[in-house]
Amino acid sequence: MSPGLRRYIIVRTLLTIPMVLILVSLVFIVLRVMPGDPALAIMREGASEEQLAAFRAALGMDRPLHIQYFDFISGVLRFDFGESMVRPIPVTQEIKTFFPATVELAIFSMMVTTGVGIFSGAYAAKNRKRGSDYAIRVLSIILYSLPIFWLGLMLQMTIGAGLGWLPVSGRLSPGMTPDRVITGLYTIDAILTLNLDLLVDALKHLILPSITLGLVLAGFFTRLTRATMLDVLEQDFITAGRARGLHERVLVYKHGLRNAFIPIVTLLGLQFALLLAGAILTETTFSWPGMGRLVVDRIYDRDFTTVQGTILFFALLVAGVSLIVDILYGFLDPRIRY
Amino acid sequence: MSINEILYNIQDLSVEFHTRVGILGAVDHASLDIRRGEVLGLVGESGCGKSTLGKALMRMIEEPGKITSGKLLFDNIDILALDDSRMRELRGSRISMVFQDPMTSLNPVQRVVDHITEAIQVHQSYVTDKEARARAANLVDRLGISHDRLDDYPHHLSGGMRQRVMIGLALALRADLVIADEATTSLDVIVEAQFLDLLRELRNEFDLTILLITHNMGIVAELADRVAVMYAGRLVELAEVNQLFSNPKHPYTEGLLRAVPNIQLDEGELYKMAGSPPDLVRPPSGCRFHPRCPKVMEICSQVDPIFKSIAPNRMVNCWLYQEVPDEKLWVGGSTQ
Repeated sequence: MSPGLRRYIIVRTLLTIPMVLILVSLVFIVLRVMPGDPALAIMREGASEEQLAAFRAALGMDRPLHIQYFDFISGVLRFDFGESMVRPIPVTQEIKTFFPATVELAIFSMMVTTGVGIFSGAYAAKNRKRGSDYAIRVLSIILYSLPIFWLGLMLQMTIGAGLGWLPVSGRLSPGMTPDRVITGLYTIDAILTLNLDLLVDALKHLILPSITLGLVLAGFFTRLTRATMLDVLEQDFITAGRARGLHERVLVYKHGLRNAFIPIVTLLGLQFALLLAGAILTETTFSWPGMGRLVVDRIYDRDFTTVQGTILFFALLVAGVSLIVDILYGFLDPRIRY
Repeated sequence: MSINEILYNIQDLSVEFHTRVGILGAVDHASLDIRRGEVLGLVGESGCGKSTLGKALMRMIEEPGKITSGKLLFDNIDILALDDSRMRELRGSRISMVFQDPMTSLNPVQRVVDHITEAIQVHQSYVTDKEARARAANLVDRLGISHDRLDDYPHHLSGGMRQRVMIGLALALRADLVIADEATTSLDVIVEAQFLDLLRELRNEFDLTILLITHNMGIVAELADRVAVMYAGRLVELAEVNQLFSNPKHPYTEGLLRAVPNIQLDEGELYKMAGSPPDLVRPPSGCRFHPRCPKVMEICSQVDPIFKSIAPNRMVNCWLYQEVPDEKLWVGGSTQ
């Protein structure tokens, strides 16, 4: 690693701190100005004023806002996101439970997205203005505009319920449990514990949700890859390569794609937030016990601590991913100077 | 191997581009021989079709262009009849090309060495990685680039070095014919001079045949043995380089040479040719140069002259040098 690169990584990391701080503050404020009182939501109607006051006092909600704010921030610095308001467990514990499910879904969706999107985009660019190009372009627009829950429901109805080939909800069949939770990603745990049945079952449950989320995002990536590839394929070095007798396939998939990867990876990083948002919808459709489900449920409960903890966690994640993407640049594009 | 052996025989080549405004005839019935071992200059203004002709020789005309007539015989191989994979085998191994802009002609994310080894191995798959690398190192050494720059990326190299790499790529498989398409245009004069020296050395060393496509008369004078002049898609004159410069025949060639500034500056003001090159979608009738020609005759706008030999090694496409047929035969129509 060059000293320039090391310096860049340090500076870039330091720069994410104010960004995250602003995000945390926004989350804190938005939750407080949002209508709805957690005490009321949790204690239900009919609770007496004293009971509500006692509840608020127990959670520290009777203190002035700025005290609550600094308390929250100082907790965050110690990776203490507070305790859930509805269940007596720390928010970090909740995240630890639900996060692996989302990671697993995200990884498999990303595989679908990049596989379908990048391949079909490059293929369309290679066959520009032919039938297959038009077909791919129309399909990708349709995919991009499909509501995730609709596509999910259709897949559940046809392949899941109709044909009965695949399960339509949850991460594992009833009665199946991992022998030991190591990573929380059931597929990986199954491989680590050499449990083939568990692996097959986990994969079966993953197929429909990851196709749903993956395909919708793939529409976008197909168009992006196609546009970038068209740009690249018109450049002089492609013609020069052709003049050296290189095969069209090599020009497109090796020389072309490697150059097109630079903008694609950028957007892949930026779209990570989109992936998380999509994951929330997908998880809800497929009763997938991940972070998306956690947030949605706790918003209904007005569980401020969990919601702000999860959002903060998401923010850190997006910031971290964009940091990684920026660093990846240096490896993909040797022209980048730090 | 005699100097007169024909390496590339171009017969009646036409290239058309189907554009939105109509069919553009970029190369119009061009016939030309490239002899083994010679440097043949191909000169003309921008847009006269010289680059298109060069690309056609490698069958690299891109959509919406198309070769619409002619026969291309490279070393007695019928280029237009080859299937794609046989054509690919020829490209880079027997005919290669050096392009105008060395800054953009190398893949920015590929190391210099990988360009060369890839070119070698795509044609000679039996060459091991190690061997290919050794050959690449030899090659760049020969081109005056230290071989410890092999692992550099193109952006680490200067323009002149990159153009040397391009030449190296063209020579990596000892191609018989190198088409240099404006290869020095983007280099500054000093680098250009070095590059021409290198080209001259390599030519002797590798027995190269070079088609030198350029609009720079100085480069032609320095390097070429024979020169073909192109105007508006047609070849108008072909001559040995000394003859062309001392005694141009075609009025266009004459104008072209007068428009080159000379060092004595004894001409007072630089000569400017009247008019501008024609629209190739709707070219002028008869000789395409007639609207700008100072020696225009009546027949010129009516009938196409023929590109024909007027002396050994000398061809001209102009009515001044061929018998004008009886007026009755051509008024209101063509003899052809």
